[in-house]
Amino acid sequence: MAEITFITSDNEKVVLEANSGNVMQLAVNNGVKGIDGDCGGVCSCATCHVFVAEKDLNKVGKASSIEADMLELADDANEFSRLCCQIEISDDINGVELTIAKQ
Amino acid sequence: MKSEFPDPFEEARQDSGLGHMDDQNDPVAMILRHKDVRKTAHNWKTYQSGAIPGRIVVPSEVNIRDIRQIPFEVDPPLHKDFRNLLEEWFKRPNKEVYQEKLTHQISTLIDDVLKKDTTDVVTDFALKLQSRALTLLLNTPYIESETFISWGTHVFRSEGDNLDASKANVLYDYLDKKINEARENIGEDLYSVLLQAEVNGKKLTHDEIKGIMILTFAGGRDTVINAVTNTIAYFAEHPESLLDIQKNPDKINRAVEELIRYFSPLTHMGRVVTEDAQICEHAIKNDTRVSLCWASANRDETVFENPNEVNFDRKMNPHVAFGFSHHNCLGATHARQVMRILLKLLANKITSISILKSRENIEELGEFRRKIGFHELIAKFTN
Repeated sequence: MAEITFITSDNEKVVLEANSGNVMQLAVNNGVKGIDGDCGGVCSCATCHVFVAEKDLNKVGKASSIEADMLELADDANEFSRLCCQIEISDDINGVELTIAKQ
Repeated sequence: MKSEFPDPFEEARQDSGLGHMDDQNDPVAMILRHKDVRKTAHNWKTYQSGAIPGRIVVPSEVNIRDIRQIPFEVDPPLHKDFRNLLEEWFKRPNKEVYQEKLTHQISTLIDDVLKKDTTDVVTDFALKLQSRALTLLLNTPYIESETFISWGTHVFRSEGDNLDASKANVLYDYLDKKINEARENIGEDLYSVLLQAEVNGKKLTHDEIKGIMILTFAGGRDTVINAVTNTIAYFAEHPESLLDIQKNPDKINRAVEELIRYFSPLTHMGRVVTEDAQICEHAIKNDTRVSLCWASANRDETVFENPNEVNFDRKMNPHVAFGFSHHNCLGATHARQVMRILLKLLANKITSISILKSRENIEELGEFRRKIGFHELIAKFTN
C-alpha cells in the first residue's frame, strides 16, 4: 500500500492510498483538481504534470526519454517535473508528495 | 486493405525533414519530423496563429472569410484568456451524465444500422453520430442535429472539395440567428454562456462569439467524421481487434489513442512566420507559411516503433494528432469520449462488419497524396 499526497494549486492537500495502477489514474478517479489525464496515460497530453518533492526524487525515479521530451516543452517544467501517468504505484513510492503544476 | 492508411511523407521526412506545397500562391513548407513539429508548435512568437484570418489554414481560407476563429487564430497572452473561458465547458465530456447521453445516442445509431441491409458509413453513420454528439457539446436541443446533418460532410467545402464561400455562409447565417435568439432568451447552451461571459473585463462581441462557434463547428466536423468512418473500416478488416477489446475493455483508451495516431484526422495546420528562421537546417523566410504536419510526425520512426502498424498495446504514444502545446485541440475531450464510447459499443453489439463498396478520399498536398478517409464506405453491420 502506498500513501500519496497531492498538493493542488489552491494549496489544498489530498492524501490517497492505492496498491497498483498509475498515479494519474488514482488522481482522476478521486477527482483531484488539476490532474486531467486527457490521453488516458499514454504520454501524449501533459495534463498530469506534477512536481515531485525533492526528498522523494529517488523514490519516484527519472522520466524516460519520451516523457522528458514531452516535459521539455511543457510550461514551467523543471528538474522536479514528472508526468504522473508514468509513475506506477507500488510500496516503493509510499509517502511521496506531488505538487500539481498549473495548466 | 481498405483500412490501410499509407504514410506518404516517409522519404521526405527522412531525407530533408520538409515538404513543399503551393496553396493559392501562398506556398507552405510542411514540417515533417516529430521533434521539429513539437518545437515549432511551442514557439508561438516566431510561428504565429494570429495572422490574417484564414491564412494558417491549409488550404487557405483568406478569400472566403474575414472572421477570426477563436482561440485558434489568437496568440498568447490573449489566447490564454479565451482558453480559460472555454476550458471548463469543453471538459464537460468527462462528466458521467454527458457520457450517458452520448452512449444512448451512439447505441441507438448502432441499433439503427444493424436493422439495415447496407449503410453508407460516411453519411448514414459518422455524419449522424458527429452531428448528434455536437448537440451535447453545445447543449442545444437534439433536433438541431437534423440541420447539421443536412449540411453534408464539410461545412466549408462543396462536393468537389473546392473552397466554397456560399456553403460557409449557410453556417454563418445559422450562427447569427442562434446567437441573436440566445440574446433574446438566455438559456444554458454555449451561445448563452458566451453571451454572458467576459474576457479581460469586457463582454464578447457578436463576431467573437461567432468566431468561437465557427471553430467549434468546423474543427470537429470532418475530423470526427473521418475518425469514426476509418475506425469502422479498421474493425471491418480486423475483427480480432474488436474481439480483443470486448475481452479486455481496459484497452479502450490505448486503442483510441492509437487509432487517432494512425488516422491523424487533421493532416496539418499552418503558422505564419514572423522573422527569418531555421527549421532542421532549412532557411524559413519571414512572412511565409509553414505547416505542422501532425500526420507525418505521428509516423516518425525515430519516435514510434513500427509506425505503420496499428498496435493497441503501445504503452507510450506521444502522438500529436490533437496538435501540441497551447493550441492543442479544444474539442479533444469530446472527440476522445466519442471514440471511447464508440469502441465500447461496437465491441459489445457487433460481431462483424463487411465492406461492400468504398471510395477513398485522397488529399492533394503538393508533392504528396494522402488518404484521409472515404467519400463513401458502404458496409453491412451484423450482430
